[in-house]
Amino acid sequence: MRALMRAAAVPLASVVLGLVLGAVLIAVQGHSVTSAYGALVLGGAGDADALLRTLQKATPLVFGGLAVAFAFKAGLFNIGGQGQLLVGAAFAAGVGFGLEGLPLVVHLPLALLVGGAAGAAWGAIAGVLKATSGAHEVIVTIMLNFVAGNLTDWLAANPWQDRSGSNIIARTPLVEPSAEIPTWGWLPAGFVLAVLAAFACWFVLERTTYGFEVRSVGANRHAARYAGISVGWIMASTMAVAGLLAGLGGAIESLGVDGRFEAGVNVGLGFEGITIALLARTNPIAVIPAGLLVGLMEAGAAKMQFESGVAPEIIDVIQALILLFVAAPLIVRWLLRLRDRPDAPDRRLTLGAGWGR
Amino acid sequence: MTAGAGPDLAAASGDAGMRGWSPQRVWSVAGAVVLVALVWGFYAWDGAQTTAVLGGTVRAATLLVLGAMCGMIGERSGIVNIGIEGQFLMSAFTAFTVASMSGSLFLGVVAGVSTGLAMGWMLAAMSVGLRTDQIIAGTVLNIAALGLTSFFYDRGRSLGQPKYQSIELGPLADLPVVGTALFNRPPLTYLALVLVVVLHVLLLRSVWGMRTTAIGEHPGAAATVGIDVIRLRYWNVTLAGGLAGLGGAYLALESVGTFTRAMSGGRGFLALAVMIFGRRTPLGAYAAALFFGFTTALQGQFQLNDTFDIPAQFVGMLPFVVTIIVVAAAGLFGRMRDPAALGQPYEVR
Repeated sequence: MRALMRAAAVPLASVVLGLVLGAVLIAVQGHSVTSAYGALVLGGAGDADALLRTLQKATPLVFGGLAVAFAFKAGLFNIGGQGQLLVGAAFAAGVGFGLEGLPLVVHLPLALLVGGAAGAAWGAIAGVLKATSGAHEVIVTIMLNFVAGNLTDWLAANPWQDRSGSNIIARTPLVEPSAEIPTWGWLPAGFVLAVLAAFACWFVLERTTYGFEVRSVGANRHAARYAGISVGWIMASTMAVAGLLAGLGGAIESLGVDGRFEAGVNVGLGFEGITIALLARTNPIAVIPAGLLVGLMEAGAAKMQFESGVAPEIIDVIQALILLFVAAPLIVRWLLRLRDRPDAPDRRLTLGAGWGR
Repeated sequence: MTAGAGPDLAAASGDAGMRGWSPQRVWSVAGAVVLVALVWGFYAWDGAQTTAVLGGTVRAATLLVLGAMCGMIGERSGIVNIGIEGQFLMSAFTAFTVASMSGSLFLGVVAGVSTGLAMGWMLAAMSVGLRTDQIIAGTVLNIAALGLTSFFYDRGRSLGQPKYQSIELGPLADLPVVGTALFNRPPLTYLALVLVVVLHVLLLRSVWGMRTTAIGEHPGAAATVGIDVIRLRYWNVTLAGGLAGLGGAYLALESVGTFTRAMSGGRGFLALAVMIFGRRTPLGAYAAALFFGFTTALQGQFQLNDTFDIPAQFVGMLPFVVTIIVVAAAGLFGRMRDPAALGQPYEVR
């Protein structure tokens, strides 16, 4: 419990600081902070509908966070969640509307699998290039984001476009009912999958030989090679797993929330994974609450704007601030120490933490 | 211009110039000659379109080279800067807003450069001062810039005046082929060209340049000869931010003439590829920027006329695919070596 508290101190303080600075911004703009934040929470968790919205928003965020966190364990920084998510979303929708007459038990898993595989392939490009040529995964994944954006735009605007009626939007037709992910009351089945994926990541990383090899490569690439681990294979496969996770997030977005793939709708989802993974200190289980927190803010942003007039983009600013504080824990530690300097236990509480390991 | 940049690209790789013609130099010059011949040929074939493409090339290259120079000062000092995208975006925003409110483009440029300096200082504070992972520090800048500019974005605001207009440089502008593309440009483009040459000399010939290389290659050794590593890194990363800030101002006030959400559109990242391709020298980077700018200009030209039936999205991928290939090929074939201490925080012991 103490260890948990110690690990969570900097992220929690970062969230609080981010919200405080966000409140300052809201106040400076002449809005009421209490009504804004009140509406934010009500809009995200006030009733069953709000809860459903939050869980729906949190699902791709958890997957995106896992995609960053998993790659991080091998010392790779995956900024390509956006592209991996997009191809996953587009290909899952393609299978979802393109195949007809399949039973649900075949169609839905198949669509999810294809979406995940598309994401995995997209992630693997960066991993393979890193392993073979040393091309930095950050640059390659960012470039692949733009390529994926163009590719999925083209798919939705040309071969897979919804030709029904007078539709001119670049989007696919609605997926078949047999490929839809169900929602049980306020609980979308996709969120259950996200939670399962988080535990699966934890299990693989902490309880399997493969996970040990991944963590070894992340801790010290050269030592891992000396110990007989195939570093190239670990880097390539880790990026593929990361892509698989992001691709699944996109697939669930298409099959469970939007019901189709539409160009430009999922933009930005992939980048929030970075914030969430760092907020969770790259711990797969902690990605769940981090995703829920950001999901809640996004779900409540519309109500906040409606009731207090605060632009929903304040959420992006607060997220950026939280990321800043999590990434530079020295700021938070310094602030905390400043408040209660002589207390030795408090100091230890914050000093034990260095992010990412 | 292109012909002149070729040999410099090779010379920058070391002391090739001393030993005569290395294979690398031969290849660079041969490539440049072929390129010039091709451009001349196209010009003879379709003058108007060639002029348009060349103009677009220079326009796109200006932004890229400013970002690349920002990146290379950082990397030569041992600091990776992947926050150039955010620096572009934030500076474009302040440059546009200040120019719109004050009615002065010049004040807008001042605001843009100041914003770039401030963002550079933030990167330095995070990566040099707080020893945050440099890649993450840059990502923070990018996400913060996107969030802040989206939040404060005012859709109704306009520049309220024409953007920077072209200035003809007398008879030079009447030269065939390159006249309009190089010598009939708006002011910030000329400024960028001057900065390329000045920075090239400074980085490769001045005491400051040598010291910068020293703290990027072996900060410990640099410290033992009396260089204040932390201080120089702070200064370099901060001042380099000013170049990206100028890039942002250029984007908003000269290239486009307005501000739109996420208008940097990945060019801060392309600038990094340009920097690598140009071997971290300003003239090399300008040659690389012209090449990348050319792919962008072609993309624009393809979309304008229907000669080629390629979907816009595939043409749009071109610069990004080229970047991936360049970065991968640089690793596979290149003897391009990163500064030895790149990415490592320096601690005074």
